[in-house]
Amino acid sequence: MKTKKLDTVTLDIVTTDNINAINISDLLQTMAGQISKKIASFELDEVIIVGTHTGGYWIAEKLHQQLQIVNPLGSLSISFYRDDFTHIGLHPEVKPSELPADIEGKHIVLVDDVLYTGRTVRAALNEIFDYGRPASVIFCALIDRCEHELPICTDVCGLSLKLSKQQQIKLSGPEPLELTLVESP
Amino acid sequence: MLNKNIQLNEQGNLKHFLAIEGLKRQHLTQILDTAESFANVSEKAVKSVPILRGKTIINLFFEASTRTRTTFELAAKRLSADVLNININTSATSKGESLMDMLHNLEAMHCDMFVVRHNQSGAAHFISQHVSPHVSVINAGDGCHEHPSQAMLDMFTIRRHKQQFGHLKVAIVGDILHSRVARSQIHALTTLGVNEVRVVAPKTLIPRGIQSFGVHVYHDMKKALTDVDVVIMLRLQNERMQGALLPSKEEYYQLYGLTEEKLSFAKNDAIVMHPGPINRGVEIASSIADGPQSVILEQVSNGIAIRMAVMALTLDRAPKN
Repeated sequence: MKTKKLDTVTLDIVTTDNINAINISDLLQTMAGQISKKIASFELDEVIIVGTHTGGYWIAEKLHQQLQIVNPLGSLSISFYRDDFTHIGLHPEVKPSELPADIEGKHIVLVDDVLYTGRTVRAALNEIFDYGRPASVIFCALIDRCEHELPICTDVCGLSLKLSKQQQIKLSGPEPLELTLVESP
Repeated sequence: MLNKNIQLNEQGNLKHFLAIEGLKRQHLTQILDTAESFANVSEKAVKSVPILRGKTIINLFFEASTRTRTTFELAAKRLSADVLNININTSATSKGESLMDMLHNLEAMHCDMFVVRHNQSGAAHFISQHVSPHVSVINAGDGCHEHPSQAMLDMFTIRRHKQQFGHLKVAIVGDILHSRVARSQIHALTTLGVNEVRVVAPKTLIPRGIQSFGVHVYHDMKKALTDVDVVIMLRLQNERMQGALLPSKEEYYQLYGLTEEKLSFAKNDAIVMHPGPINRGVEIASSIADGPQSVILEQVSNGIAIRMAVMALTLDRAPKN
């Protein structure tokens, strides 16, 4: 399948060919368009874009440029907020989170690369609220896997994919941004 | 592979944190990197992360401490653990309860970690060998042996100022003989690969055979401080001294106290450290302790991040209670 101008397209059966055909720049443009509609009524200096470490941050970086957001880009490393610490332990390379000093009363655009279970978003929301009380949070993901384990969904999404449990989609970057389909036996 | 270091689990990760000796550079670097990511937790509106929520940590201090106990307590609280401080002087051990009985009683309260300070070398090792498999033990200072978390917060402070360890010359000045801090620092500095470690003290305060640790021994402050990047001052441990090791505090200050004149032999950008508590006018002049090259208060702040890192790493992948 060749992606065209996408609003939100759902792929039901996903193969490596489908993934290779995805044009990430098109998806980013679509997302930027949707986000700018959502933040149209806000003052620009009240908007903060925050990406989750590391894939979400790469996407957030592009959106930050395209939308010409004035506040510096934030990054979230949710390692200390995960719900599976007792199962898998600390991530071997924990990076510190960096949020612009005051998020109190600001509109947060939270960006992740892939929404799967929703647990990363849950952890990210908890971390954001430890920095202050934002006026609102919009959640954007490049890919939505449509199989959430928590009541969390995207406000803005580049592409919806229905993958099997054996399939994983990985974003590599930051230049160039590329999606790869990983199939486990 | 058979693992002989009791601090490490089968996968080679930290299970207890008892001594720097025996740990590899990768372990020390992991502690420093993890501490770096905890360092900005204190800057958030909510100064904690939920990573050790539901864990219980017991501070078991058999010896007086202010800085170490409070920073361990704060570190545990910033990781959202529940923390208990047991004051041994008023506990049932003063009614004759043995250490083992007390430990088993505390374990029966489902605790996950003991932070132990004791005036006997090897106390934390002993406790680590008698606790349940899910319990981690951290050494917060044992006799004249080691004080590993102090050494790591010192390494963290040095790395933040000097970035790399390889080119550094570091002088450790003072009561090396009684100092567990000095032992841990020497192991940490040599493991992290600094260019040169110098120990400086009167002959009576240098342990025999310390050269085998890979350090150079000096008895003259000016020679020892020449061109160093880091000066670490130690406290005179009067409580551990038996017999006449020093003629007088005044003479010690004259020869080994850090004054502006002696510090001028070090590099211009040298930093001055002290684990505290400071004896002003005995080990160090007030003008240096409060001066621009002093990083003594930064050491205290960094102690929280390092202790958070050590607690999180040792309870990492810990089997469930």
